Amino acid sequence: MQPISTKPTPPSDDKRWRIVTATMRRHGFRPDALIETLHSVQEAFGYVDDEAMRFVARGLQLPPSRVYGAATFYNYFMLKPQGEHTCVVCLGTACYIKGAAEVLEQLQLLTGVKPGETTPDKKVSLLSARCMGACGLAPVVVLDGEVNGMASPEALTAKVEEWTHHD
Amino acid sequence: MIEERPLYIPEQNIVLEHNHEIDPEQLDDYFKIDGFAALNHVLTEMTPPEVIDQLSRSGLRGRGGAGYPTGLKWQTVAKAQGSPKYVICNGDEGDPGAFMDRNVMEAYPFKVLEGMTIAAYAIGASQGFIYVRAEYPLAVQRLKNAIRQMEKHNYLGKNIAGTPFSFDIDVRLGAGAFVCGEETALIASIEGRRGNPRPRPPYPAEHGLFGCPTLINNVETFANVAPILRNGAEWFASIGTEKSKGTKVFALSGRIARAGLIEVPMGTTLREIVFEIGGGIPDGKAYKAVQTGGPSGGCIPSDYLDVPVDYESLLNLGSFMGSGGMIVMDETSCMVDVARYFMEFCMSESCGKCVPCRVGTAQMYQLLTKIVHGDATLNDLALLETLCDMVRTTSLCGLGQGAPNPVMSTLRYFRDEYIAHIVEKRCPAGVCPVHKHVQQEVSA
Ligand SMILES: Cc1cc2nc3c(=O)[nH]c(=O)nc-3n(C[C@H](O)[C@H](O)[C@H](O)COP(=O)(O)O)c2cc1C
Ligand code: SF4
Ligand code: FES
Repeated sequence: MQPISTKPTPPSDDKRWRIVTATMRRHGFRPDALIETLHSVQEAFGYVDDEAMRFVARGLQLPPSRVYGAATFYNYFMLKPQGEHTCVVCLGTACYIKGAAEVLEQLQLLTGVKPGETTPDKKVSLLSARCMGACGLAPVVVLDGEVNGMASPEALTAKVEEWTHHD
Repeated sequence: MIEERPLYIPEQNIVLEHNHEIDPEQLDDYFKIDGFAALNHVLTEMTPPEVIDQLSRSGLRGRGGAGYPTGLKWQTVAKAQGSPKYVICNGDEGDPGAFMDRNVMEAYPFKVLEGMTIAAYAIGASQGFIYVRAEYPLAVQRLKNAIRQMEKHNYLGKNIAGTPFSFDIDVRLGAGAFVCGEETALIASIEGRRGNPRPRPPYPAEHGLFGCPTLINNVETFANVAPILRNGAEWFASIGTEKSKGTKVFALSGRIARAGLIEVPMGTTLREIVFEIGGGIPDGKAYKAVQTGGPSGGCIPSDYLDVPVDYESLLNLGSFMGSGGMIVMDETSCMVDVARYFMEFCMSESCGKCVPCRVGTAQMYQLLTKIVHGDATLNDLALLETLCDMVRTTSLCGLGQGAPNPVMSTLRYFRDEYIAHIVEKRCPAGVCPVHKHVQQEVSA
């Protein structure tokens, strides 16, 4: 755990880079801090773009290809900015058995986008997931980080319409 | 985040404790359920070989899927040459429909960490990692909090409880790759790399994290450790069946009246689990199957509801204990559709490192798609069976090796449903889009 004193220069003076640098420092700028650092980027900025990957590569002294390889391997990392609101539909087995496919179809119709996409007005990102660990409440939809069990199409429609039509 | 209350707890609860006065964020509360009694006893009165001997005699087997004897694994790591040694707790819980480990980490974080610390003493490790899915933020928060409190009270860190033994634990986050639950992929992930599995041997016990001897066990396995050392190997071995000792936590979900977590002695029958504890199938529907073992598992039909559940009996039925997810299906589920669902899962989660799994899962998925659309012939079915065999025997890791299992198990018990789709162009459960195909040309 030998900390390196020369810290990498962030791409901009955005304060959030300090959080990322702090994560790398906590791990002594070792290469095994890569996943933790990518998590820290995503938490601070909401997604991991090329600029962030180059910064992390410099900080951990890794080839950019290795950082890119890891960021694209792990589904949790978003490579593009997300919409104002996120809607994650669980497609795990328990939810599937209880009609998650229909729930997803309904949300696709409502938003006009497919899982992994964001509406053109940047209001809503539609995502799918493999089990949220809340299978007892299947089918599960996570709206802006909040778990909604026994997702009824009516309630979801109301929520999504609120997002797309107001504010 | 939702708090899950255990649905049912037997007389002999080991992993889940029926005590709602325990605050999982307070170390002091953990004392109320004999917290750290086992660790104190082990550190002051037992040698590492004595600890391993207790574990071996208890008959505890890994709760992460394959049921490997825990004592034997500990012994191998203890004997392995090389230092430092590492302890890893696998909290990746990737099987869809499984949420036991989430609950255990959220409700009993100290118990899991105590188990890891005892393991570290037994095998001679000084650093541990607990690898948790990023999708479980509450578990991560509670584990981090528990680690801080244990450090403050000297149950972690240097010279634990005034003994020469020192041990630290760090939390590592998963990042949404199912294959990272596989032990060699998980290790690659902690090392900051892509989670590609590698061939075994060498096993992590000899060549694990950073090339060092590494013990890797599941969350529930570690949660059993302190109770065993508190109450003795004989007590634990008196619960369960001949070869599967203790209890098992299952996550009941799907078409069931009462979904939730249960802890039952090994050897409890599926009928007791589904109909007595889970309250049976709702809406007057008929039971069709229970799926166990996740994407490597199988579907068990009603003929076998009276089989006692343990590692061996599930394997004999062509399924798998897995981590403990049980998804109940009724007559409204089509077994071919379910098989296709799992194949889609394996196809998209395949890491792509080896050809049989990368290409084979895609081909099997296409064949299953043909079947559900009513486009397949009996030759396609024969080809599917050949592929199952090939992918099972030639894939590098458990993901590929297990991928054909849902197909093989549904073919074993529900072959008539496959035949109905192929020959009669009919989905008996009315789920698949075959009918449309007969009337008009509709593409998927
Ligand atoms: C594709 C795949 C996924 C796995 N996922 C998990 C998992 O989520 N949790 C787990 O404990 N073990 C998982 N395992 C099993 C681990 O490789 C390993 O055997 C286990 O963590 C050992 O712990 P145990 O001996 O206590 O069961 C998985 C294996 C494979 C092949
Ligand atoms: S079997 Fe599949 S998941 Fe496992 S190493 Fe091969 S391609 Fe990767
Ligand atoms: S399957 Fe959807 S929460 Fe588990």
